[in-house]
Amino acid sequence: MPDGAPETPALGRRLKIVRRAAWALILVTTMAAAGFAGWKTFAPAKPPTARQVGEALIKTQFNLTDHYGRAVKEKDFRGQWQLVFFGYTFCPDVCPTTLSVMARALDLLGDDAAKVAPLFITVDPGRDTPEVLAEFVGAFHPRIVGLTGTQEQIKAAAKSFRIYVGRVDKPDVPGGYLMGHSGYMYLMTPEGTYDAVFSENRNPPEDIAAAIKKRLTKERSGR
Amino acid sequence: MKLILAIVTVFFCTVAAAGGASADAPSIAVEKPWARASILKSRPGAAYLTIRNTGDEPDRLLKVTSPAAGTVMIHESKLANGVAQMLAHGGLDIAPGAEVTFRPGGLHFMLMDLRKRLHEGETLMLNLRFEKAGDINVTMPVLGLGATGPK
Repeated sequence: MPDGAPETPALGRRLKIVRRAAWALILVTTMAAAGFAGWKTFAPAKPPTARQVGEALIKTQFNLTDHYGRAVKEKDFRGQWQLVFFGYTFCPDVCPTTLSVMARALDLLGDDAAKVAPLFITVDPGRDTPEVLAEFVGAFHPRIVGLTGTQEQIKAAAKSFRIYVGRVDKPDVPGGYLMGHSGYMYLMTPEGTYDAVFSENRNPPEDIAAAIKKRLTKERSGR
Repeated sequence: MKLILAIVTVFFCTVAAAGGASADAPSIAVEKPWARASILKSRPGAAYLTIRNTGDEPDRLLKVTSPAAGTVMIHESKLANGVAQMLAHGGLDIAPGAEVTFRPGGLHFMLMDLRKRLHEGETLMLNLRFEKAGDINVTMPVLGLGATGPK
């Protein structure tokens, strides 16, 4: 009601009813709108996706040295699916375990293993020379490629995979330090983009081989 | 061959454990022990086994030594937020009836300062010192670097 407007008691009463009705209308409309918004928000609009934030940004990009001492880049593995694991040879438990899972998955793939480049990238290049890597990866599977480089090259490779690499100084272990590293194996497409992630404690070799076979079958039927 | 070796080892461990314990003392059985071959002398080795407390009292694994290594540590691999980490245990409580399994990707004995690299086909000796069951010597086969356990 505008201020100062003259009003008879009867008109005032009628206006009061109108005002109340208007407020009620506003209240009902607001509640309906809120309810609709809530339904929109909480209703399953689309199926949830399994992707973690940032995975789409993972890509394979590196300039490293393989265990034969040759300079290699990610482009040398284009056209192959890449199964990539970051670790180091001073790691006595998770790294050999993961590499043996990787080796078993390759065996299960049979001839299809030729379409997969299994890469072991060291996070400890100071101690893991090509010679050391040759002995290490060779103990698991003849197809696994060990990769090392300078600290900067390893750092750049880890960054492209968005991998955490951290040095933990421990005076009571040989060499005085351990490396914290990602425990995951990454499956990268032949174009070098992220496709899937596996870990030795969650994915037996059979699962990994099956996941790769599925993609290879799809690839064949698509072309 | 490996199987026979494993069976013989398990047999001796069980005998050693049973022989060391008196009637009402906690009994500890050590089973399925194996070590993983290592590369280079400078790289640490790993050993795995299962400890069973068959008695009525809790016991505690206090210390582990080996003539083949300078230090043996009880480590546990953990995957936290995708990052593989190692926890060091000062000792391990073994509750009555409990079975503690050391396995790849979890609890393991980390053998440091190896006197020589561990070759597949050799044997490794560990001495496990328990608070109540006392010393138990375990002889185990060294399996390949890519092994995940005795077959």
